[in-house]
Amino acid sequence: MPQVAAYDSKIEGNIIFTQLDAAMNWMRKNSLWPMPMGLACCAIELMATAASRFDIARFGSEVMRFSPRQCDVMIVAGTVTYKMALAVKRIWEQMPEPKWCIAMGACASSGGMYRSYAVLQGIDQLIPVDVYISGCPPRPEALLEGLMRLQKKIEGEQSFLAQKPQLTADLVPEIKKRPPTRAYVRGVATAPGVKSNMR
Amino acid sequence: MTGPELLKSLSRLLGSKIQSQIEFRHETTFTIQPADLREVAKFCRDELSFDYLIDISSVDNLGEEPRFEVVYEVYSMTLAIHLRIKLAVSEEVCAVDTVSDIWPTADWHEREIYDMMGIRFNNHPDLRRILMWDGYPFFPLRKDFPLEGLPSEMPDVAFTSAAPMEGGPFVTQPSTATAKDREPRARRPEV
Repeated sequence: MPQVAAYDSKIEGNIIFTQLDAAMNWMRKNSLWPMPMGLACCAIELMATAASRFDIARFGSEVMRFSPRQCDVMIVAGTVTYKMALAVKRIWEQMPEPKWCIAMGACASSGGMYRSYAVLQGIDQLIPVDVYISGCPPRPEALLEGLMRLQKKIEGEQSFLAQKPQLTADLVPEIKKRPPTRAYVRGVATAPGVKSNMR
Repeated sequence: MTGPELLKSLSRLLGSKIQSQIEFRHETTFTIQPADLREVAKFCRDELSFDYLIDISSVDNLGEEPRFEVVYEVYSMTLAIHLRIKLAVSEEVCAVDTVSDIWPTADWHEREIYDMMGIRFNNHPDLRRILMWDGYPFFPLRKDFPLEGLPSEMPDVAFTSAAPMEGGPFVTQPSTATAKDREPRARRPEV
């Protein structure tokens, strides 16, 4: 009977020691599946970003999912009218955690040029936004820059602590004593930048 | 009969129905009584070959009496002539007969006018709002409705709040300057 070695030099190169957070964040940031919330002309630039010249697949985000259950990042591209606002919020709520939001362009960030009775003055009045992209509409490069900023942001998150305590209590019993991090309460509490009239 | 001949003889054909007729840059506009609308519309379509209703629009002359105007743009495909029919609607009545059975395209035009200006259309088959949602309490294109909107709430449907006219990233200065100088500018940091 052959002896099973605890250390096998043949698989040495395939083992990496790292922190759990770093591993989780690395996987998350490189497979950000977008929810393309294309509402106006920004959606055209969003499509251009996905097409071959700019190729959002280089950042692992080529899988535009039209089902919110499979999405990680909602890209709000365009003017959010009040008629559409609660539908956007509903789709956001259907996305599973962890989730992020990019407000693409002037309209999604602040209402843009539409100081109007019909237009929501920034999607951050309804859902928490991680990255705002200026421009009307922004160039595809700007969206890619925003995506890279979001990746940088995900790198720094405390993903393990952000898990629900009941999921991680077996691994780390003392985790129950830790207060939930911001990522855990994302979308529930008022994050910085979320206005008080959030519904 | 050719198109120009028809337009010249309109006042004879429609007779007393026409209150006033205006000719401006080869466009003919005449005003009628709201009560005569359906009769005039039927006559225009069936006898004068105005088979195409281009648009219906409404005007709010706030402070004047009657307050509203409804404008019908009709066109004849066969004679290639255009005609504009106007009628005045007072705020107390605030209703016009529908022409959606004469020109079916009027259905959504009339719904839009009802939605934006609050003028009702008698006997319309489906007079619901078309752009705003059912339950929105205002008529946004009326002159007394503020540009920034008014707060409203329809639970689970939509809400609105007044948009900030100042404090945003762009500002517009009200003035009589030309459009080039009036357009929104990026706010200067010190302002």
